[in-house]
Order: sequence, then C-alpha cells, then structure tokens
Amino acid sequence: MSATDAGSADTAVRIAAAVRAGERSALDVLEGHLARIDSAEADVHAFNLVTIDSARAAARAIDERVAAGEDPGPLAGVPIALKDNLCTRGVATTCSSRILEGWVPPYDATVVERVWASGAVPVGKTNLDEFAMGSSTENSAFGVTRNPHDLTKVAGGSSGGSAAAVAAGFSPIALGSDTGGSIRQPAALCGVVGVKPTYGLVSRYGLIAFASSLDQVGPFATTVADAALLLEAIAGHDPADATSIPQEAPRLLERLDEGVQGLRVGIVSELMGDGIHPDVLARVREAAEALAAAGATVEEVSVPAVTYGLSAYYLIAPAEASSNLARFDGVRYGLRVDGATTQEMMVNTRTAGFGDEVKRRIMLGTYALSAGYYDAFYGQAQKVRTLICRDLDAAYERFDVLLSPTSPTTAFDVGAIHDPLTMYLNDICTIPTNLAGHPAASVPFGTGADGLPVGVQVLAPALGEIPMFRAAAVLEAAAPAKGAHP
Amino acid sequence: MTDSAPADARIPTDSLGNPITVPDSDDITVVEAPDGSRWELVCGLEVHAELATATKMFSGAPNNFGDEPNTNVDPVTLGLPGTLPVVNQHAVELAIRFGCAVGGPQSVRRSVFSRKNYFYPDMPKNFQISQYDQPIVVDGSLELPSGHVVGIERAHLEEDTGKSTHVGGAGRITGADHSLVDYNRAGVPLLEIVSRPHVRSTDQARQYVSELRSILVACGISDGKMEEGSLRVDANVSVRREGSAEIRTRCEIKNLNSLRSLGRAIEHEATRQAALHAAGEKVTQETRHWDEAQGVTGTMRSKEEADDYRYFPEPDLVPVDPSPEWIAEVAAALPVLPAARRARLAAATGEARTAESVVVIVDRGQDDQALLALAAASGAAARPDAADGSEVDASVVEAATAAPTGAKARVLVHIAQNLAAAGGADLAPERLAELVLLEVGGELTATQAKQVLAELVADPTATAAGVAKAKGFEAMDTGALEAAVDAVIAGNPTEWEQFRAGDPKVRGKLTGFFIGQVMKATKGQADGKAATALLTQRAADG
Repeated sequence: MSATDAGSADTAVRIAAAVRAGERSALDVLEGHLARIDSAEADVHAFNLVTIDSARAAARAIDERVAAGEDPGPLAGVPIALKDNLCTRGVATTCSSRILEGWVPPYDATVVERVWASGAVPVGKTNLDEFAMGSSTENSAFGVTRNPHDLTKVAGGSSGGSAAAVAAGFSPIALGSDTGGSIRQPAALCGVVGVKPTYGLVSRYGLIAFASSLDQVGPFATTVADAALLLEAIAGHDPADATSIPQEAPRLLERLDEGVQGLRVGIVSELMGDGIHPDVLARVREAAEALAAAGATVEEVSVPAVTYGLSAYYLIAPAEASSNLARFDGVRYGLRVDGATTQEMMVNTRTAGFGDEVKRRIMLGTYALSAGYYDAFYGQAQKVRTLICRDLDAAYERFDVLLSPTSPTTAFDVGAIHDPLTMYLNDICTIPTNLAGHPAASVPFGTGADGLPVGVQVLAPALGEIPMFRAAAVLEAAAPAKGAHP
Repeated sequence: MTDSAPADARIPTDSLGNPITVPDSDDITVVEAPDGSRWELVCGLEVHAELATATKMFSGAPNNFGDEPNTNVDPVTLGLPGTLPVVNQHAVELAIRFGCAVGGPQSVRRSVFSRKNYFYPDMPKNFQISQYDQPIVVDGSLELPSGHVVGIERAHLEEDTGKSTHVGGAGRITGADHSLVDYNRAGVPLLEIVSRPHVRSTDQARQYVSELRSILVACGISDGKMEEGSLRVDANVSVRREGSAEIRTRCEIKNLNSLRSLGRAIEHEATRQAALHAAGEKVTQETRHWDEAQGVTGTMRSKEEADDYRYFPEPDLVPVDPSPEWIAEVAAALPVLPAARRARLAAATGEARTAESVVVIVDRGQDDQALLALAAASGAAARPDAADGSEVDASVVEAATAAPTGAKARVLVHIAQNLAAAGGADLAPERLAELVLLEVGGELTATQAKQVLAELVADPTATAAGVAKAKGFEAMDTGALEAAVDAVIAGNPTEWEQFRAGDPKVRGKLTGFFIGQVMKATKGQADGKAATALLTQRAADG
C-alpha cells in the first residue's frame, strides 16, 4: 500500500550541486522522477496536470546551460511540483475548481518566476481542496489525493497534492500555500517538511487568493535543508505585492548547522491537551526532549488567546474569501453557464462552478460582513486576532521558538470526516500562526501507533525563520529513523 | 430663523460622524409648492474627478481616454485570478495636492482602502477598491466667486469601473440581448470629493463645480473635462420650509454631466420634493437619474433595495500614510489658487473680489497678464523673463497696485471684454500697458483704443503709438473739438431746442444723435465723453 521513500535520498541540495557541477544531467534526474510518477500517480493522484513535455524541455535547457559553462542557479535541475492555485503562464491553473474550467493564465506567479529563474524544473500542478478550502484534499473537483504512506488515508490539505508528490518521490520539493495550516498539516500527515513563512516574506502575486491577509506560499521538502533552499529561492521583496516585506530573502542554509544551544523553547500548553491524540502528544514531548538534549532550554508556556483562533479564523477567512471569489462570475474567463439575464448567468455559473465547501464559506463570509453583523462577527474576530498577536508577542519575550503538534491526529481515512466543523478542528494548532502572520514549520518526528507520520510544529515570531530552521534541523536529526515504525 | 425641526430628532451626522450644518446665504433658491408654500434648497455635491495620472490606480495599465476598447488593460485591470493591486503613488500625490489646496496640510490624513462589494459586469473583481471610513482628505472648504463658502467633508481615492454597452432592450441591462464591456476605464484613479450640504442655490451649485474644476486643473490634478466624463457630478438634494432649520430626507441625483443640467436637475428635484412635502407625502431616500430630454428626475433605486456593500479593509493593501515632509513638499509646490488670485487681482486694482471682471479674468487665467500690464504701466522695470509671461511675484503685485487708477479700470475692461477672443491672452503685458497709458493720457479714446488693441493682437510687431498714428488717431485739441460741436449745434437747430428744453428722456436720446454727428464730422477722432460734456455745458450756458 505504501508509495513512499522511492528515491528519497535524492534531495534538492544534492541534485542541484551535482547538476551545477556537471556530474548529473537534469534530464536524467527528471526521467527518474517521471518514472516514479508513471508508476504511482494513478494511485496517489497528487497532480491535476503533469507537464511532461515542458519539464523535459526545461531539463534539456538546464543541461545545455551547464554544458555552456553557465550556472543555472541554486535549484539547477531540481524537479518541483506547483500547487494548482499558483498561476503558470500558458499552463491551465484550476484551483481544483470547475469554475476555472478552460482558463490559462497569461502570466506566472512571482514564486513561479523565481523557481524558473533558480533553475528548477516544474513537473506539474498539484491537487488541492477547491480554492484551498479544506484539510484533506477531498474537496477537489478532480478527485481525492491519497496519502502515499497508506492509500486508504487522506494526504491532508489543502496542499495535499504537493505534500503527497514530495512524499511519493514525484519531486524532491514542491510549493504549496498555507492560509490556516494548508502546508503544515498535509506535510505532517505525509511525513515531509512543510514551512509557512512570515506573512509578506514570500510574494502572493499570482497565488489565487483564498484569504488575502492569511495566505502565504511556502515550501515542501523531504529535508529541512531542501525547504530552506527553496524558501531562499522564492523569498524576498516583490513590488507587485503591496504586503511584501521590503527586504531581501534571509540566508537560511548557512545557519542550519548552528544547533540550538541556549535556544529558549516554549511548549504551548493550550495546544497540548484535549483533542490531540496521545501518540501525537508523546512525539511532541519527545521532540522537546531532543531539543533539550541538544542544549535548548524547554518550558511550558501559556498562550491563552490561541484557543479562540479557530473561531476567529472561520470568520475572517470566509469573509475575505467571499470577496476574493466574487470575480468568478462567468463574465471574463472560466466557466460560463448561460442564463436569461446577466445576473442569472452569474448565478448559474457560480452554482455549477463552485463545490459545497466553497459555497458554504462564501455564504458564511458574506453573512459575517453584512450590515448589522459586521461588528459582532468580522469586527470581533479582528479583535481576537489582535489578542492572539499580543499573547504570542508576550510568549516571544521569553522564548525564541514555540513547539506544538502540527495536526491533532495522524492521517485519517478517506471519507471518514463528513462534518465540516470536525474537519475544521484539524487546523486548531496551525491557525494561530496565520492570524499572527508568523512563520511555522512542520517537521516529521516519528509515527503514531498506526505507523503513520507525526509532525511537530516549530513556531517563531515574525521574521524568526533562522531560529525556526535551526530548531527544525535539530529535530530532523533527532527524529526516529524513517520507516522505523514503533 | 425659526426652528421647526422636531425637538427630539437626533442630530443628523455626515459619513465621518460629524453633525450636519447648513449655512445661511443671501442667495437661496426657493421653490413654491402647488399650495403656495415656499421651500428652500439644501444641497450637497459629490464630484468624481478622474486623476491626471499616466497609469491606473492600482496597476501599470495606461490611463487614457478614447482608445480602442479593451486596449488599456492588463491582468490587474481585468481582475485576473492571483493579481494584486499596488497603489499608484502619483494618484496619492494628486490627492494630497487637493487636500492642501482646499484645507491645507492638516486636511491630509492617514487613509485606508476598503472593498465595496457588489456584482456588476463592468467591475472586474465584483468589488471596488475605495476609501471608506478613513479617507485621505477631510475637512476642507471652497470659497466661491460670489464669496459663499462651501465646506468639503471629505475626498477619497478609488478606482473607476469599466463601461457597459447594452445591445437591444432600450439600452438598459434589463432586457438587453447582450452587453459589451470596455475595461479601459476600469481602474482609472478617481478622487471623490464630497461637499457638505452648503450649496443653497442652483447658481452656487454651478459655481462650486466650476470653481472646483478650476482648482483641479490649476493643480494638475485632473483635466476636468466634463464632456469626457473626467468630472462627474451627483447632487444630494433636500428642501426645507423657508426660514426653518430642518434637515429633511434627501435624494441623490446621479451623473449630472454639464453645468446646465446640474442647475436644472436640482431645481426640478427641489420642486418635486416641495410638492410632496406640501401634500403631506413622504420623500423616499433614493437614487434618481436626470432625464435631460424630459427635464425630469426619475427613480433609479431606492435606499431600501440598495445593496449592502459589505465594506471591509482591503487586505491586499497597506494604509496610505503620507509623511509630514511629503505633504509639506506638495503644499509648497502648489500654484496660487483661483480664490487667492481673485483676491490678489481685486486688491491690486481696487475692485471687489466678486466683481465680474475680476472673476472672468481669473477664470480665464489672464490675471497675470493684467497684473504685469499694470506693473509695466506704473513704470516698473521690464521683467528679465518677460517673454514667458508667467512670473507674478510680490514685487509685480506691488508695482501693479501703484499703477494709476484710470489705468487699472482700462486694463480690466480690455482684458475682460476685448482680449477674450483667441490670441488675446498672448498679448504681451507691456504692449497692453503702452496702449492703456496712451488712453489714460487722453491721446486715444475708448473707441480708438479698442481698435488699436485689435491690431496689436493681430500683429505682434505693432506698437500702440504706431497703430494710432497709422490710423490717424491723434488727439483733437480742445479748440478743434469745441468748433466741431458748435458746428453740429448750429446745423441742427430743431434738435438743439429739444435738447435745451431738458426733458431727461429726450435729452438722453438726442445726446446719441449729437455725438454721432460730431463723430461723423471728426471721422471718429473726437473723445465722446469730452463732447458730451461740451453739449451739456453749451445747453446750460443757454
């Protein structure tokens, strides 16, 4: 049942070094990955589209540049999967929604431009919960993505396709987006590294918006170093995104080996209790011990407001989504279902084009912003958001990074969760980070009794990527060997 | 003034929560209801000005009127998935200019963009990015040429929508066969300028828009072309019993696209509301459109069915918070504004600021010409850069003020009346000064001066003295004029008897007759005023 581990030693760092040195051909690297896609993609369904021809052309071009004595860049010849809510020029971008049927973006997202400029080889567009709304990649108009560790389980979501692609060895790295945990939760469930960067560190231009004030693009990888390599390539100011932080990308790779000696680590008490599976709690405690063993000081810390995160999130995110998704009306692009009047055409198009979860959130968000309800819902949620920031800021006065589970459980069965509210609980540990605009990383750390991967989350204050990655690297080194199920 | 508003009525407030005040004025439009009751106008104006930027409010697509449909578009303009807005800093600067112009630097505030959500095909994102509760400009005012002051509540930045053309079905979206949308205008930067309800007459409404337009053009904020839609006016109209202090329900009349329709629509709407009030019926708060052909306003949509716009702060943008240094820099670079220019010209010439000649000259931008001509007439040294004709500083104003009183009157008359046509504004002030000095010195009559002036405009190399000589306009000496007048009296004894009899009506009529005869005899060289004085004197002498 398992589709993992094939070629997992093929890290981006190694591939790029070998390709840049002329020791390996980018095309050979690609073919190895395409072969794995060919053998397992039918079971996993990580991709909405595999761009074989353009990937081969890109790999050949990389090889030619190396042969000509050029340096194609830090990701030279590294296959990469792109979440299908990142605009790719000339390549269909669907958000796993019927409503974008037939639409081909005339431009590349800034992060897509940057991975091309770094010499990476995009291999395809990965599946997601429609418009990134979900935690299992079951809400896709194009079918479920399955967990490569166990095909009866979900890959998590919404970036389940990207997480599964990396876990299955279809590509060593992938890009996802994280609005409430959509990178970290599937990374945890698929046993890979997933990072949500500081809000504004990575450009959102060309990321099809779900909730603008929460969305952030970030990397998936099999190793912490690969995640750092990819984040370095995509981060840094972009004048096309007004919320982009006007500074250069942080230098992460060169800091990874610094260890955690003297680092102050806080375990978030509120995220270590009810609703979290005992196996997951056990792994987080072991992770804390590993950090302590490496020289960090570890204590529990209370961050009271995080318990309100989920409620605030499910007002703010749908409110922004209801507005962001208004443009899908059949007038200019994508699906159009005719009607007798323009308004009827819009209604018919949206009725046919959006799935249930998307409609649910549009209605919720529309309600939350309505006259007479704004203060009680959206306004109140923004106040909670401020409280969460304040409580986290207070915690970061005493701690350099915080530790928590990424997901309350390991991967669950496909089709097991029908109730939306139960599904929303998957994001309880990841949401506070998005509300605060902070970075957080999920690092695989052993498995549950079911043999499925557990992720431990390292949280850091805004622009705290360096201590976060240092802690992540220590956890990676201390983690129980992959595949060594307890 | 009696206050007949209900005592328990809540004090009405504006969009920023400030109490609404309505000023008195000596010019109030009063309409009569069918029952004879009299109702006075209370009006506020919302002006949408398209900003004179090279590119759009939130993208690099060109901001240009009249191009082929859907050519000035880019992914951001079309609201393609994944695109993001970025604020056009030039548009912000133009808004700062406006704030400084109407309220000074303290009127420019930290501002926040919001989303105004509603579905319409010509709006690519189905929301408009606009400033809502935190506009960039608050609390300014505008002094009209009449001296009446209209408060400006706020001005905020926003993006324009595209333009729909509905094919079939009477050209409206309901019943159309299909619609075509041109997104060239979508995203064009707009400054929405909201006045307080300080407009009390239709004339003030026209003056306000006209004055606002002058400021926008003078400051380079907008090209101000109403015919191209660069300036679009909505009027909020209500009425109240003459002499009362009530605030009654208002209606908004949309898209008044000429000064003429503005005045007509306001008057019509006030009359309509007065009739309703007088009949004890309710005026419904609603948006109305003006039908220019029928001369009536009609319902567009009522407030009850109005959209809930679900405003919330635009998460893709950060607040616009101009630094005090930037604001000061913009304020310092502002040109002298029309009201100040009227005040300056009035002070220098001893006229009222509201005098028609002063208003007209400033409106045409010929006040520099007037001040420079007067400065030259008072013997001020020639300007080093006389050729460019634009530099009026304090020393010029001072010299102009020192010019002879007669010269001031003549300069104002010539520029207001005789230099209005094409080319008139280009006449070098020094040449006008030379002419006026000849006139004041008695060497040219007003009639002659007007003729000489026409030659000066037509021929840039001509001089006033040269033209006067060429036309044979030499001043008659007093003896020659007396001889001419006496000859005319002797030649028309009947008329002269009637003139002497002194009936004012008859005398006035006959003055024209006698002066005409004198002019004929002197081939137009006689000074009409001096000849009239002589006639009066001869009649008195018997």
